[in-house]
Amino acid sequence: MKKESTAVAPLTVSGITVAYQRKAVVEDVSFALPEGNLVALIGPNGAGKSTLLKAILGLVPSISGSVSIYGDTYKKMRSRVGYVPQRESVDWDFPTDALDVVMMGRYGHLGWIKRPGRKEKDLAMSTLDKVGMADFARRQISQLSGGQQQRVFLARALVQEADLYFMDEPFAGVDAATEKAIIALLGELKRAGKTVLVVHHDLSTVEEYFDHVLLLNKKLIAAGPVETTFTPELLHETYGGKLAIVSSNGREALVKQ
Amino acid sequence: MLDWLISLWSDPNTRWILMGCTLLGLGSGVIGSFTFLRRESLLGDTLAHAALPGVCIAFMLHEVKSASLFLIGALVAGIAAVFCVSAITRWTKIKSDAAMGIVLTFFFGVGTVMLTHIQHSGSGSQSGLDKYLFGQAAAMVTSDVYILMGVSVLLVIAAMLLFKEFKLISFDPGFARGIGLPVGVLEHAMLILTTVAVAAGIQAVGVVLVAALLITPAAAARYWTDRLPVMLAYAGVFGALSGASGAAISTLGEGIPTGPVTVLAATLFFVLSLLLAPRRGLLSKSLRHRNLKADYARSAERSALNAAEGGSQK
Repeated sequence: MKKESTAVAPLTVSGITVAYQRKAVVEDVSFALPEGNLVALIGPNGAGKSTLLKAILGLVPSISGSVSIYGDTYKKMRSRVGYVPQRESVDWDFPTDALDVVMMGRYGHLGWIKRPGRKEKDLAMSTLDKVGMADFARRQISQLSGGQQQRVFLARALVQEADLYFMDEPFAGVDAATEKAIIALLGELKRAGKTVLVVHHDLSTVEEYFDHVLLLNKKLIAAGPVETTFTPELLHETYGGKLAIVSSNGREALVKQ
Repeated sequence: MLDWLISLWSDPNTRWILMGCTLLGLGSGVIGSFTFLRRESLLGDTLAHAALPGVCIAFMLHEVKSASLFLIGALVAGIAAVFCVSAITRWTKIKSDAAMGIVLTFFFGVGTVMLTHIQHSGSGSQSGLDKYLFGQAAAMVTSDVYILMGVSVLLVIAAMLLFKEFKLISFDPGFARGIGLPVGVLEHAMLILTTVAVAAGIQAVGVVLVAALLITPAAAARYWTDRLPVMLAYAGVFGALSGASGAAISTLGEGIPTGPVTVLAATLFFVLSLLLAPRRGLLSKSLRHRNLKADYARSAERSALNAAEGGSQK
């Protein structure tokens, strides 16, 4: 299993198109992700970033195209995939605590009817510790800050022990401590040879955090390593006129308008 | 009072009905907790009102009053109603609350016409079908009670076995789908259990009020805890006590219907929870707010005093 995976790309997307009513939101997108990379999916608002992610995971129907994960269908490879949805996607007033939410990441491995036990609890606890949330394990989830909630979601994905992770805007609206925790975690995942696809908004941190970048504006504008793909020309093409490029100290900085 | 309680227990028929209503409240409270958390509270109402034509058709086809037959009628009608709601939300821009409103009133209207027709045809009064509007547990025979008890126990067992799965699809269906749970199948299973709870409760509580047994105990239970298993237990107990009160109090007089009394008891639990629950209750909230204000005022006073002393020393 492991041997094969070094040869096959963790994720290959071919010709995915998603349409709501008659309007295409994502159009004919194809790319392959290199293994062990941190990949940013960037593009302007409404470019279809989240939709593309959900289409890959089968959460929204695509009208054409196919997805291959480690050379097989998503259905078969599901246990190797971890997903961190947007924080707003759930009701945080639900009667549960941080530890319980993290343990949900093990439900796929547990199978039907069986309840999580000692082993799951220990794993969830140590993962909460990893994201700096051990002290909040028994806290009701509505009493956590936005950043802390995001870290709980990350921990839940981590206990899935997947090889390929999808994260939908994990940095949106989080505090500095959470941002640091997420970056540390991404680094750790990369060292462990995992592949992570992150929907990202903040152009100023792309070069610092990521290896690989996908530029999306309904269609895929470009895909490749950050050094060669995250260029002013391609960004201009992606964001259209909504981007100003300011030159300072000989290095180009990008400013979203 | 004591005599009354003893008499409830010594009469075998009353005893069975009491136990049936208690178990019904327990099962509905537990299943209703998931409906409540999934914000589908109107669903119970839709299912219940839709059941009326189902019950009437079952009666017209077979001309007998049988709980199991009515249960099947109510189930089929409930599923048809849910199907209509999802068809409307899927093919039009109408949101689900409006769709439920349209469907439940339509079904109830059809049911009322049928009920009137049955009553005018002469067989209705013997059938006691009109009791279905508001529920009369005393009208139940032993076989009805057996069905009621069996169904209620089934609800609790299903909720216990599928607890982890139901919790996940209630909290985060997207993630549940991601880890490979058949979310569609589970949602349908939950829907059918809810329909069963409603259909079973109709005879005791009535079509107009039975939805309260799903929602009110769950809403009351949410005040007492932040843990789902505990919430299910509270909702079950509140439901059971409501059902028991309804059955017991309605034996006091000929004209006291079980359904309304059950709902009043459930509402009483809700109001008490709303007011008195620790942490989430209104009383505890306002006390906490007052303490906070007093603390703040005191500390502000102290710092003002300190500042004044500091000033005079200079």
